[in-house]
Amino acid sequence: MDEEFRREIIMDHYTRPINRKVPDDKDLYLKVNTNNESCIDNLDLYIRFNDGKIVDIYFDGEACAISTSSCSIMIKNLIGKSISEAREYIKNFTNMVDEKDYDESLLNEANAYNNIYKQSNRKHCALLPYVGILKALNEYEKK
Amino acid sequence: MNISDFPMLSQDLIYFDNGATTLKPKCVIDKINDYYTNYSVSAHRGDYDLAYRVNTEYEQVREKVQKFINAKDLESIVFTSGSTESLNMIANGFFKNYLESGDEVLITTSEHASNVLPWFHLENTIGIKVKYIPLDDHHYVTLDNVKKVITSKTKVIALAGVTNVIGDLRPIKEITSLAHANNIFVVMDGAQYVPHFKTDVEDLDVDFLAFSAHKMCGPTGLGILYGKKELLEEMEPVRFGGGMNESFDTPSELYFKELPHRLEGGTPHVAGVLGFGCAIDYLSSIGMDKISEYERHLRSYAMEKLLKIPYLDILNIESDAGIIAFNVDDIFSQDVAYYLNKYNICVRAGSHCAKNLKSETGVKNSVRISFYFYNTESEIDDLVELLSNKEKMRIEMI
Ligand SMILES: Cc1ncc(COP(=O)(O)O)c(C=O)c1O
Repeated sequence: MDEEFRREIIMDHYTRPINRKVPDDKDLYLKVNTNNESCIDNLDLYIRFNDGKIVDIYFDGEACAISTSSCSIMIKNLIGKSISEAREYIKNFTNMVDEKDYDESLLNEANAYNNIYKQSNRKHCALLPYVGILKALNEYEKK
Repeated sequence: MNISDFPMLSQDLIYFDNGATTLKPKCVIDKINDYYTNYSVSAHRGDYDLAYRVNTEYEQVREKVQKFINAKDLESIVFTSGSTESLNMIANGFFKNYLESGDEVLITTSEHASNVLPWFHLENTIGIKVKYIPLDDHHYVTLDNVKKVITSKTKVIALAGVTNVIGDLRPIKEITSLAHANNIFVVMDGAQYVPHFKTDVEDLDVDFLAFSAHKMCGPTGLGILYGKKELLEEMEPVRFGGGMNESFDTPSELYFKELPHRLEGGTPHVAGVLGFGCAIDYLSSIGMDKISEYERHLRSYAMEKLLKIPYLDILNIESDAGIIAFNVDDIFSQDVAYYLNKYNICVRAGSHCAKNLKSETGVKNSVRISFYFYNTESEIDDLVELLSNKEKMRIEMI
């Protein structure tokens, strides 16, 4: 992926993020907050599950370009996935950010963050929505 | 003063985050190094030459602090770990015993968390009431507004001398005189004041003052609690233990040391104190009035240029300190900070620990640049040039 293409994906999802609003029927959604102490990004995620599947995700809040775009791409990639597929995807994404082995064929547009490790102070921005979704999956599975 | 006094500035770095902490001149670093290398023993106890030397130097720094803020009594100077601890000692060690349920403490929405949460804690534990002095259109405290909110229950006014986002200078002396006429104590959070303005506690007549060494070229982990002697006599220690007791046997036979040692339990931050002594000498050799004047100059120099950038929204058009808080239209403050970081410019993005200020300015987060005397016009030129190109900013913020 070249720099130009990366930028295009990120800017696209930053300026026109997917599902950035509080869902109308928010009672049907599990809500989790994800924020980072070391920076000011602060996102609420709303996830709707059905029968072990993620059927819908919305998000809302204030965050930087990297967190916002990363959240939008995550949402696009996760809707429709089963919990175990979702966990697999999340693991591969975090591995990529942490410079470990990962399967790029699973990540689609999320590959745009494949060199974010070079800016160590932005890694947590890209990961922020993932911290939130993991919280939600754990909570859902506990029930 | 020379830029070369600051080892950090030998890097390719523009440091505009002085509100958070300041850089250290070599003399401070050398002193700390000297202590750890050549005489790193404890300050109070010990019957040998090195301990005596440490003790002497340690107490000499106390005298330097006393002179630096023009305190009448040496016992009024207590070493703490920083402004936060000092403010907590004031709230928990003094006012918790003095105040009663229903008593009112006045603060403002632009206070730093460290001058808010200790009072919230008293509200939660002993039932005092925290009330706010309204700010004017420029987010300033006026004497009239203070008068408006004082009631017969007001017992304390706790204010920053200068705030850390707006940088407004409070009319502390006038407030103190009004407060004392009404039997109200004044607590001054000097974290952003003492490093930048000549401080005279006798003239200001505040009852308590808190400040941090690291915001004035000194080491981290060290601060000062100043209190009028007769008030500190009434302050209950929050740190009981070694170094602060005279003798003890049973709980009823427990004798504390005299001030200020009574309030300095535990092995102190000796290296920090000795380093701080050098920081005070360093600042004094420049002159505090010169420092304030130069920072004012830097601010007006920067403002003149920044105001010309149409998409910049400056929160504090008025300010008395070297602080400018702003947002760039359509760009999140953290992204602006990341962009500037690419050019080794350090600025802070966020709410700057003044989370309540949002209700006042309508803005939750902002980019803050804060100057100190080692900043230069040419650094400001570099900043302005980078902020003047919004397209570049949008491209390079990610
Ligand atoms: C106005 C104000 N008060 C209090 C503090 C707390 O100082 P410290 O963190 O050194 O205890 C700060 C520092 O950020 C400040 O700016």
